[in-house]
Amino acid sequence: MMQGNMSQQLGNSHRRFLQTLMTCGSVDEPGARSLHQHCCETHNTQYVPDQLDNFINAINSKLQPLFMQIRKGMSEESGQQHYALVNMAETEVTRMSSDYTENELELFRKTIDLIVASDNGLALSTDILNSADTLTTKKLKKTETEQLLKRLVQDKWLCEKQGEYTLSTRCIIEMEPYIRTMYPEQVKVCHICHNIVFQCQTCENPVCGVKIHFPCVAKYFRGRSVRRCPACDDAWEHEVPEMKRRSRSQSRR
Amino acid sequence: MTQRKRATPSSQRQHGVSALQEDEDDIPFTQPSTSQVQKALENVTPAQLDHKASEVVQYFLVKQQKKIPVRRADLVKHVVKEYRNIFPEIMKSASKTLDQVFGLKLVEIDNKNHLYILISKLENVDGPHTSVSSPKVGLLFVILSVIFMKGGVVRENVIWNTLKKLRVDPGEKHAEFGDVKRLVTDEFVRQRYLECVRIPHTEPVEHEFHWGQRAELEVSKVKLLEFLGQLHDQDPQLWSQQFKEAHSSVNPPSS
Repeated sequence: MMQGNMSQQLGNSHRRFLQTLMTCGSVDEPGARSLHQHCCETHNTQYVPDQLDNFINAINSKLQPLFMQIRKGMSEESGQQHYALVNMAETEVTRMSSDYTENELELFRKTIDLIVASDNGLALSTDILNSADTLTTKKLKKTETEQLLKRLVQDKWLCEKQGEYTLSTRCIIEMEPYIRTMYPEQVKVCHICHNIVFQCQTCENPVCGVKIHFPCVAKYFRGRSVRRCPACDDAWEHEVPEMKRRSRSQSRR
Repeated sequence: MTQRKRATPSSQRQHGVSALQEDEDDIPFTQPSTSQVQKALENVTPAQLDHKASEVVQYFLVKQQKKIPVRRADLVKHVVKEYRNIFPEIMKSASKTLDQVFGLKLVEIDNKNHLYILISKLENVDGPHTSVSSPKVGLLFVILSVIFMKGGVVRENVIWNTLKKLRVDPGEKHAEFGDVKRLVTDEFVRQRYLECVRIPHTEPVEHEFHWGQRAELEVSKVKLLEFLGQLHDQDPQLWSQQFKEAHSSVNPPSS
């Protein structure tokens, strides 16, 4: 399957793809496909649809010595796959360090603390504001914290829904190595797809308590009239969300 | 708690030019001589050199996100550190990687203060997810056009008046751009798209705008003229002065 990609040289189509991905932060699967096409066509390289993974593998083989990779991750809202450029060597949030001051980064880390510790992958704005009072670097005022949160949403690190904050898909993809390093005990994994999980449904059985992403729940229970927990077989009490069926079947991994 | 290797100090994020002048606790860095480099290389494994070069590449890429120029002093202090004697070798390797993997060219834009920027070797082409059509780029383009058409320098009030005609008032908060004045005089200047120079003996202080070094390197004047030609339905050659200027200067990269 890896047709000698390790030695494949990069062309400008690869470089354009990489530059664009770096500018956007992350790109969803359909976006990645159209970008792949655009890059090949711009540089008169033969475009073969469905060769996106090979294209990306070629780039990744050159990124590996730099401790960087283009990685795929699932949006916890839509179930859609996203691609992002990840720094594999990070044990801290260096990607953001030129955009945010020391105390802003500390508040961001505290927000991650809250999200990781929560059951549902959400942090309430009131809790974040309270954290602003406990910063060990310079304290942040309420208005400063609100501005900061707005910027974090604009810069696509966080998402906000009715006063509650979650990690964006891009953030999860980019920060996963960091989060796994910093929160080895608290980090949870989805029972269905085995990837890191924040927003989820949890099995109500106190002895079981497995977590499943909303899109994974939708996919798992689609077409089943009787819904039972895949781990402990207890009735699955939660309402199963409906996900939009995608037009192409693409569960190739 | 902090065993973290910090790429940038917290004092880095400052507004305005002062952030890019020499820091008081900088140890002055002078380029090592070729013989010093050769000698130092004997004590370094290829793996160590590659690793340092990778760190330099990452440092540049992070700064590139916001198009902030990189100070050589910061690079040496925070990344290169004890390998400063092979600095030229590290830079050579990093430059090659940035070129071959990312299509980015490492350029020193200030030989005195030793500032570096990255510019793309790939031509700006409109397409999905590209920022060619972003509002900020559009605004910048308007300003660069005005400066270019006026011979390379304009007084600030010309810029403000032009923007006002486009309903972008520097005195008011704009829905898309926010503080327009800050965007033009601070952000665009820090990114080196524009250069803002005080006009001496003016009271109150007035400034004039030039193209910044990044604009000179990244923006094709030929393409700009073509675009303006389309906009005004005019053959670019009729702007003879600017046409000559556009075709005489070293052309920025096209794919």
